[in-house]
Formats: sequence, C-alpha cells, structure tokens
Amino acid sequence: MNDQKLSISGQEALPPLSIESWQHRHVLDLDDFTRDEINLVFEIAEAMSEVIARDVKKVPTLRGKTIATMFFEPSTRTRSSFELAAKYLSADTVSLDSVKSSVAKGESLIDSLRTLQALGVDTIVMRHPCSGAPYIAAQNLETSIINAGDGCHAHPSQSLLDMYTLRRHLGDLNDIKVVIVGDITHSRVARSNIWGTKALGIKLTICAPPTLLPHGLQAMLNKCGLDHVTVEHDLDVAIRDADAVMSLRLQKERQQSGLVSSIREYIHLYQLTTQRLALARPGAIVMHPGPMNEGIEISREVAYSSQSLIEEQVTNGVAIRMALLYLITGGKIR
Amino acid sequence: MPEKVLLNSADIERALVRVAHEIVERNKGASNIVFVGIKTRGVPLAQRLAKIILDMEKVDAPVGSLDITLYRDDVSSLSFKHVVQQSNVPFDISNRHVILVDDVFYTGRSIRAALDALMDLGRAETIQLAVLIDRGHRELPIRADFVGKNIPTARNEEIKVYISEVDAVDKVTVRKPGAGGGEEHE
Repeated sequence: MNDQKLSISGQEALPPLSIESWQHRHVLDLDDFTRDEINLVFEIAEAMSEVIARDVKKVPTLRGKTIATMFFEPSTRTRSSFELAAKYLSADTVSLDSVKSSVAKGESLIDSLRTLQALGVDTIVMRHPCSGAPYIAAQNLETSIINAGDGCHAHPSQSLLDMYTLRRHLGDLNDIKVVIVGDITHSRVARSNIWGTKALGIKLTICAPPTLLPHGLQAMLNKCGLDHVTVEHDLDVAIRDADAVMSLRLQKERQQSGLVSSIREYIHLYQLTTQRLALARPGAIVMHPGPMNEGIEISREVAYSSQSLIEEQVTNGVAIRMALLYLITGGKIR
Repeated sequence: MPEKVLLNSADIERALVRVAHEIVERNKGASNIVFVGIKTRGVPLAQRLAKIILDMEKVDAPVGSLDITLYRDDVSSLSFKHVVQQSNVPFDISNRHVILVDDVFYTGRSIRAALDALMDLGRAETIQLAVLIDRGHRELPIRADFVGKNIPTARNEEIKVYISEVDAVDKVTVRKPGAGGGEEHE
C-alpha cells in the first residue's frame, strides 16, 4: 500500500462546508459575504485548480449554459480569466465590447443588458466605469450579475483570488497581517479587500500618502465597524511584520491631477523594494493585482523575486472565477 | 421500520477479500492495476482493496480519489448543486487497468459521471467497476464487474453504508421511508 495520504473529505483542517451556506444570486461585492461563503468559494476553487492543472482542461459542468462578458472598460486579465473559466466549465461565452456594440449607437446600459437577457444568457459578467452600475443591473434583470469591477467601488473576484492565493501559501488566514500600499482612493481592489479581509479575520494595514486616501476614510471605517483596518502613511512602518504586501498600480495621470507631487518622490516613499520588503516577516508574500508599472510602485527585483506570487494570482484567478460561475450558474441549492 | 443491519464489519471484510481475489484473478495478477475510489466512501474501500492485494500479491497498487460533482448530469439540467471537492489521482491511468470503486451501485448515474471524469484523466487500458453493494434499479446500461453483495431493494428503501474511516463504524443498513434520519448516497 503506498503511503500517500488521501483526504477523505477534502480539506481536513476545516470543518465541512455545506452548499447551503451559499446565499447569492449575484456577486456584486464582498460586503455581504460570510466567512463560510468565502471558504466555500475557496474549497470549490481548489477542485477547479486541479482541473486547470490537467492536460485536458475541460469539465462538462456548465454545458448548455451561456455566460456573457460585458466590459465598458479595457481589461486583459479579468475578461480573459472569466472567459477561460467559463470555457473550462463548458459554458458558451459571448462577449460584448462597448465600442463595437449598440452602446456606441447610444443604447442605454439597461437596454443592452435586457437584450442579453432576452437572448437567453444565464449570467452576465460586467465591468463598468460607474460605481454601482452592476447593482442597477441586478435590480432590473432576472439574469445573474457578476461584478468584474465597477468604478472605484468593488472588484470582488479579484479580492477572492488575492485571499485564495494567500490561503494556498499561508493556510489559516486568521490574524495574519496584510498591507495594501498605493492609490487607495481609486482602487476598487482595495475596497473589496477591506470587506474580504474583515470576513476572514485578517488584519489589514492601508498605506498611502494622504492625497491617495479617500476623504473621510477613518470615519467610514468607524461607521462600518471595520476595526481590522489600520491606516498608515509611512510604508516603512506599515510593512513591519507583514505576512503579505500588496502593491497597487499608480496611474501616471495622478501626477498631472496633482495628487502626487512627483513620480520620483512617490517612488522614493512608496515603491515596494527589496530593502523595504526585508522589514516584513521573512518570506512575506508579494502581490499585485496588475497591470504593474515596474519601477514605480514596485521594483523589478521584488516583482520577479521568489516571494512574488503575482503570476500565481493570475492562475488562481481562473480557479476562483470557475468557482463563482459554478456557484452562480450551476443549478439551485437543494 | 427501524434501521436493519444487512452487513456487519466482518461481512464487509469478507466481501472485500473475495472481491480483491476476483480482481487479481480477472487481471491475471495485480501488476498493472490502479484503484480510483469515488468520494466519499469509495475511497477508503479502494484503499482496503489495495491493502488486501498488497498482503496477498506483494503488489502496491496506487489509490486515487475522484470527485464526480463536475460531471454530474444534474448540475445544469436538473437543479441541484453540490460542494465540489478536489480529485486526487496523482498517477497516470494510461494503459493501466483502472478499478473504479464505489460503495452503493444504484441508478448508474454516478458511475456514468465517474467514467467521464476518468476519460479526461487519460486512456485507461480497461476500466472495471467494483462496488460493495448492488441494490439494482439501473437507469443506464452500466454493470458492475465485481460486487461485494447483491441486495434487492425497493426504490423507496434507503441503503446506507458506514465505513469506519468516515463514519467510525463498519456496517450496511436498510431503512424503509418515513423512519427518519439517514441520507442515502450513491
């Protein structure tokens, strides 16, 4: 008898998760996700990771279902990640490009979505520059909506893949310390991660110059009971004892709009460098939601170091989106 | 009707020993055999068969576990969803004799799903089905190669297999409907 340990029930360390803990018809943000729901997504993503690692990356689970991606903003990784996830599950995909579709002819958002619904689409994955757009869609349609990024508001699948990546390397995430550094004001990834880390009991430090933090952030954190979040302007202080550091892209337009006095100063104070990373826990994890500006918010050495999981985040994103599509599109709960 | 015990621990062990012998006999030895258990209770049953064959033939047959949720025919067409668990078949099944192991053989739909899952993992030389209990009522043209115990049942009866690795006890029970409790798994 060979000695390999086969787990009988999947994740031995965790209590068994029940599909009944899943309560969502849409995925709009993580503010209404429980810890059990997030862990359920992770457990199913583990199974999906196994499928992605196969030679034949295809399972028949969502055969006959149709998933539409509707992106009103440019995107490479999120869109292709959702489309691959749908294809690996054997769903059919249709993608609407705002430039080439009737949106360019002046059709309203709701009418475009209704058209997709009338065409028989089961789930719509949408990205929109206006915060809240997917909520309007969810209120007006029967079809399930997955938010793939709305304005500066939320990007739930990105946050799930960030935390899934952490979990695959660190195991239990309770009480670990994560730092998010960069342009918090304009970051939907940071906002969704604030909710996701709260659900999982992660201690989160948000680090940015005051000009790149939203107005009234502390008041908002207090009001929403987000006491797991610490705000810190000095990255050298924030990064101390961190288990993971996530760097966010600095859009170069921010300098023209006066939020950063100079890119060089930003690099000096906020770039994630090897020296700064040495202040974190040994072997601390480096993440970035992409796209990266190498040499601005993150140094090349750090981005490609052995501590960097930036590429793995992309791979894990497909598994997470497969899990979400399965949970949203694949049948009802008994 | 209260739960009635059909097989106890010793009965299960004897059935598995006989099935293990049949597997070795049918395949003229155990050198090219691999086991794949269907989650949840097919996995410990597969491990026990492999252990018996190790003691008998001194051949260490690998054991994998298969979760068939992604291949079920009720995910999109009917309406029930299950937690997907990870499959773990850490060896190549190509050109091997794969012994697929499950606890209860009923409609055949789980086996259909498992066959599709195995096809995606490689081209096995043969796939053979070993089950602890065959309770009849097939809905698909699938048969078992090795059966621990044939138990003719009515459709509304519940057969439950307890395996100590999962349930802390070894036994097989039958229960009429309305007796409460008990979840059937096929």
